Amino acid sequence: MSTETQNQLPDTGDLAAVDQSAMKVSNEVAISIQNMNKWYGSFHVLRDIDLTVYRGERIVICGPSGSGKSTLIRCINALEEHQKGLIEVDGTVLSSDLKNIDKIRSEVGMCFQHFNLFPHLTILENCTLAPIWVRKIPKKEAEETAMHFLEKVKIPEQADKYPGQLSGGQQQRVAIARSLCMKPRIMLFDEPTSALDPEMIKEVLDTMIELAQEGMTMLCVTHEMGFARQVANRVIFMDAGQIVEQNEPEAFFTNPQNDRTKLFLSQILGH
Amino acid sequence: MSDTHAHSVAFVRKTEIPPAPPPASQTGIVKWLRENLFATWANGLLTIAALYVIYLVLSVILPWLFGGVWNTSSLAECREVLQGRVGGCFSVLTERWPQLIYGFTYPTDQYWRPNVAFLFMLVAIAPVLFFDLPRKLLYFTAAFPFVAYWLIWGGSILVPIVAAVGIIAGYFVFDRLNKSSFAAGFFGAIATAFVIWYLGGFLIPEDQSGAMLSPVPSRDLGGFMLNMMLGLTCVSLSLPLGIALALGRQSDMPFIKWICVIFIEFVRGVPLITLLFVASVMLAYLFPPGTTTDLFLRVVIMITMFSSAYIAEVIRGGLAALPKGQYEGADSLGLDYPQAMRLIILPQALKISIPGIVNIAVGLFKDTTLVSVISMFDVLGMIRGPILASTEWNGVYWELLGFASLLFFVTCYGISQYSQWLERRLATDHR
Ligand SMILES: Nc1ncnc2c1ncn2[C@@H]1O[C@H](COP(=O)(O)OP(=O)(O)OP(=O)(O)O)[C@@H](O)[C@H]1O
Ligand SMILES: [Mg+2]
Repeated sequence: MSTETQNQLPDTGDLAAVDQSAMKVSNEVAISIQNMNKWYGSFHVLRDIDLTVYRGERIVICGPSGSGKSTLIRCINALEEHQKGLIEVDGTVLSSDLKNIDKIRSEVGMCFQHFNLFPHLTILENCTLAPIWVRKIPKKEAEETAMHFLEKVKIPEQADKYPGQLSGGQQQRVAIARSLCMKPRIMLFDEPTSALDPEMIKEVLDTMIELAQEGMTMLCVTHEMGFARQVANRVIFMDAGQIVEQNEPEAFFTNPQNDRTKLFLSQILGH
Repeated sequence: MSDTHAHSVAFVRKTEIPPAPPPASQTGIVKWLRENLFATWANGLLTIAALYVIYLVLSVILPWLFGGVWNTSSLAECREVLQGRVGGCFSVLTERWPQLIYGFTYPTDQYWRPNVAFLFMLVAIAPVLFFDLPRKLLYFTAAFPFVAYWLIWGGSILVPIVAAVGIIAGYFVFDRLNKSSFAAGFFGAIATAFVIWYLGGFLIPEDQSGAMLSPVPSRDLGGFMLNMMLGLTCVSLSLPLGIALALGRQSDMPFIKWICVIFIEFVRGVPLITLLFVASVMLAYLFPPGTTTDLFLRVVIMITMFSSAYIAEVIRGGLAALPKGQYEGADSLGLDYPQAMRLIILPQALKISIPGIVNIAVGLFKDTTLVSVISMFDVLGMIRGPILASTEWNGVYWELLGFASLLFFVTCYGISQYSQWLERRLATDHR
């Protein structure tokens, strides 16, 4: 079944070409994934993933629970190891070489569902840690950069507090600021809003929208379809470890082709 | 909701309720007594019974303590002075004080050396325990082991200097090579240190009689000083070793992992006293023939091995208690393994492990008294051996053992209080 449905999908080259003219995406490749496969033991989580992300793209990945969305974006910064195929980030091929992996990770920012801030460090220290230790930036300069990004996510006044003293939405914005302090060229988001209350979701999404407007390349796993419609230039639907359908948001939502996509959209939008 | 009508659920507040103080006096001593000691009949009876027991105990201990004799020179004289009255014979403490503290063979005119070392120790551990103190003090801490070694053992000053130079050179080599690879840095540092120690060995004169501080062999150390020395050395060595073992046990490299697992499981499975016997009689076979390895060093190795295995397990628990997200957060920022461990994982894991580590440190400190069974004269060895065996003090058990208990209790209680302060101080998670 999987091969049939995949053959019906437009291949990534086509789609990107459309995008470039319509959505001011450059034709420089940011991430290139070719024929990537991953297994957990004998369980085939990701199957023949092909995906090319161009610089400036905002891609939303959706799909039912357990479809492999998190696994896919975690493979991009090597939090999970893939067993077959090729992942190339910013011109660097992901291999098991540790130096290589650390380099890619420092270029790719990542925000998690549960923020993963460091509870024993203040907000400011959370933000300056990686610039100081990985980028070897002087402390003073790192702190200035951190304050700049904390202002950008609108919580500079919390700089000296600890993560445990902040609300969920504030913590997620700190997590975004912490990633931005490394001046990443690509940002990955794994359900950044799904652990948050409704009123906090908006503040985080607003931050992400601002980021998108500044031309950040973004890959975002989310169920916020409003965000997808407004910000994404491409929506990818995954099921059972495969990319089942991808399209521009308008076409994706109004005219889904695959039955599984239709079912998923009717469940998520249609109450 | 008093102003809503019973049949209506709609409610709009029109006036603010001003904050008010809590109801008048819920405090007062009588109230407290009634609530805590005499809440019910049974409660009251228990309180009275407990008070009676406390009275009985104190009525024995207090006269013994305050009616004690402090300035006789033998138990027989004590009995004469007391004339059947209840009272402790504390003279043994004053008369044998130097023996209890320094052992009975440490040169009497050299007591100032351990005293100075003790004062230095207080200064040296202060910046480690209280991190608000100026960080510059840590240089003193780094120099302390060498200075203290020289003060206590005396002999050629070149010994601690060569040791220090070896370690410093090793550190620089590590710093240099670590940039390319951790393993290269690690083994390079160890090799450098050994080369320097080996070469430095030729500098050290065989004949130490002319040394500034007269040499004192390890077998002359004793008393509570020996307990303190063993305790401090072994705790400060077994903490880093325990961390290394805990990390090694989690390692992806099967070889390292299995070495650590086997070490931990083996050492934990053997009684400390067995290890000490091994130290006293058998360990000599493991060292190159012709070298006589110091008994103190052998005991330190054994106790350190023993407690580091336990500390490793406690820290492993702390590591396991950290959410996986912390590792991922550190990884996703591009921190490499040593950085992630040092900056993110270990500070949190160690914080979680503080109670367990303190438990082991306290246990270790008390276990240093076990060296008395391999005929080292620590404070307990002094009491059981030279003091109780002497004709003057044969039979003064309570006073001596009570004194030893007090020494250990004060130290261990101090450690425990410190750890509680530390936990409060490090609490940043605001749960
Ligand atoms: N460490 C693991 N070991 C074994 N199986 C795993 C592991 N992590 C995830 N899986 C399995 O892989 C599949 C994909 O997981 P993944 O977390 O990528 O799903 P997801 O699409 O992100 O789902 P959700 O929307 O619930 O986050 C799931 O079936 C999951 O059970
Ligand atoms: Mg997920």
